[in-house]
Amino acid sequence: MVLDVRALTMDFGGLRAVDHVDLQISQGEIVALIGPNGAGKTTFFNCVTGMYTPTTGTVTIARPGSEPHNITRMRPHLITAQGLARTFQNIRLFPEMTVLENVMIGRDCRLSAGIVGAILRNRKTLEEEEQVVLDSFRMLEIVGIGKWANETAKNLPYGAQRRLEIARALATEPFLLLLDEPAAGMNPQETRDLVALIRRLRFDHHLSIFLIEHDMSLVMTLSERIYVMDYGKLIAVGEPAEVRRDPAVIKAYLGEDVSA
Amino acid sequence: MCPQATSVQTRPSRYLAYARRSLLVSIWFAILTFPIIVIRANTITGIITWRWHNIGWIIAGTFFGSWIWGYFLERKRLGTRAPAGPLRRRITALRGALDRLKQRPQVARMSVVILVLAVVAFPFLGGMYQTNIMTTALLYVVLGLGLNIIIGLGGMLHIGYIAFYALGAYSYALLNFHFGLNFWLALPIGALVGGLFSLAIGIPVLRLRGDYLAIVTLAFAEITRLVLENWSGLTFGTAGIRNIPRPAIPGIRLTLPQTTTFVYFIMIGLVLLTIFVVNRLENSRIGRQFVAMKEDFIACQAMGVNIARTKLAALGLGGMWAGLVGVVFAARTTFINPASFTVWESIIVLCTVVLGGMGSIPGVITGALVLILVPEYLRAFAQFRMLLFGAILVTMMVFRPGGLIQKRRRAYRITAEEQKVVAESGDLSIQG
Repeated sequence: MVLDVRALTMDFGGLRAVDHVDLQISQGEIVALIGPNGAGKTTFFNCVTGMYTPTTGTVTIARPGSEPHNITRMRPHLITAQGLARTFQNIRLFPEMTVLENVMIGRDCRLSAGIVGAILRNRKTLEEEEQVVLDSFRMLEIVGIGKWANETAKNLPYGAQRRLEIARALATEPFLLLLDEPAAGMNPQETRDLVALIRRLRFDHHLSIFLIEHDMSLVMTLSERIYVMDYGKLIAVGEPAEVRRDPAVIKAYLGEDVSA
Repeated sequence: MCPQATSVQTRPSRYLAYARRSLLVSIWFAILTFPIIVIRANTITGIITWRWHNIGWIIAGTFFGSWIWGYFLERKRLGTRAPAGPLRRRITALRGALDRLKQRPQVARMSVVILVLAVVAFPFLGGMYQTNIMTTALLYVVLGLGLNIIIGLGGMLHIGYIAFYALGAYSYALLNFHFGLNFWLALPIGALVGGLFSLAIGIPVLRLRGDYLAIVTLAFAEITRLVLENWSGLTFGTAGIRNIPRPAIPGIRLTLPQTTTFVYFIMIGLVLLTIFVVNRLENSRIGRQFVAMKEDFIACQAMGVNIARTKLAALGLGGMWAGLVGVVFAARTTFINPASFTVWESIIVLCTVVLGGMGSIPGVITGALVLILVPEYLRAFAQFRMLLFGAILVTMMVFRPGGLIQKRRRAYRITAEEQKVVAESGDLSIQG
């Protein structure tokens, strides 16, 4: 089990955005979280990655081969250092930095150079910097945008920006990758390439993947298990075929009056 | 009157539209300024003079000003789509020639030699008055570069920067007064004091950004000044501290002009040190963190950067320089009082950073030199100084928001050989 969420609840004032959600992901799984708009999916993501502090519940992660580790209420940068990396629904790159520099920020939590090293430029710092450039470039090659390394991030085509976000997340050396609507705004060809990329990440790089997605064809082809949320509650869990037939899911998506 | 329809309009009618708009602006402006421009009431003799001719000047001036403004705005809006006029073509050609010239190694070497000669010869050719002005400008260069770490790199709008300058100056003045500490020992102490106080006010404001941070830092600067003014037991209040010793070389007696030259060279040294350090910080892990934090602090945090530490690093590294040159300021003027450290001074430093180009070292240097030297040489226009200042800043923000010399991101070279190595090692285990 790489991620184990127990009874996670998040209240915003009187509004319960996430209500006692349990969720487990095993090593190497691709799991999707779906649900209508406003179901609390992104809030759930933000609770897991530490952007929000959950009201109650626990989040435990375990790097494969290590002891489980409670990360509830940990600050986001520490959670990232533990091996959880995420992308954002509305792309959040560093727009004025180059593509390579964006990925280099992803490497940041694995670096040790300090201020004194920066000023003195001793051998250790220089070697580390050189290594960062290479490692970051490798990440770009993995997602297939190496040729744009020195381009300013905001000038990249949309699909490449999404890929850059993935590359940046990979650079943090995660074992679990959280993708918040990775295919949003992509055309069918870009989506197919994305599916191939995510599969490759799982098989070649042994990552577990947890994604929020609205594109049902992507969810159904890619994921092994699906969690469905509605109004903050988990309403169904299962394999794609099961979930697709689940009356509660159909009701949540299509409304009360349609009989399944 | 209808700027949206310009694409279908022919050229002359567009200019006509500007003209009509400009006319309206000038009439409005004439009405607005009427009471102060036209009427002059002599309260002693009780005579009112009507200076109607002034209104003509106002209308004419505003009309042309507005027309030119509109013209340039339109050009900016059209951007590269605007047909290149003969002037623009000539400018482009000139720029190309300059670029080609810059690439020649001899030219680069020559310009460095000339610059060094000019810097060294300046105090001997310019005399004491010029040297003093230049030293002031150099103080602001260091202040600008220091604030640039906080604003240009870290993206924190800090308006209380001058407080650290004041603290640096006072720490030298007081340590010297009570313990006879000399200038050279005071320099690092001033830097330390500036950096530590910057950190100290940084901790409570870690959660604040943008306008909120600006207000808090502004308040901090005012509080610092008020404390200096009112804590008479320690700081001697508004009377200030006098007879602060000038920088000296042990064993050598310097005359006043010699000291002026000496301080000038100390400042040149400090400017070089600042450039060196800031440049290295910028091109390092910490510099990257600063910029990432400025661009998107949520993503930055999510990527594993400790925002609190990065912010404090930017504040500490920035505040240091103000404390450092504060010591030089105290030593140079030999007299300090709280009036030298008003918020206005903070605003000037802020303007040097914004005008020059946020995050760009040559930009900030240019900005500081322009903002300090131009008013000195335009003494004749002293009354209009602030007006000109405002006009220049507004113009800059509209037409060149990135500053005079904009920051360019560094490009990394990855050799073909390295690319091959990367391509061959496809897996994610990065430690190596």
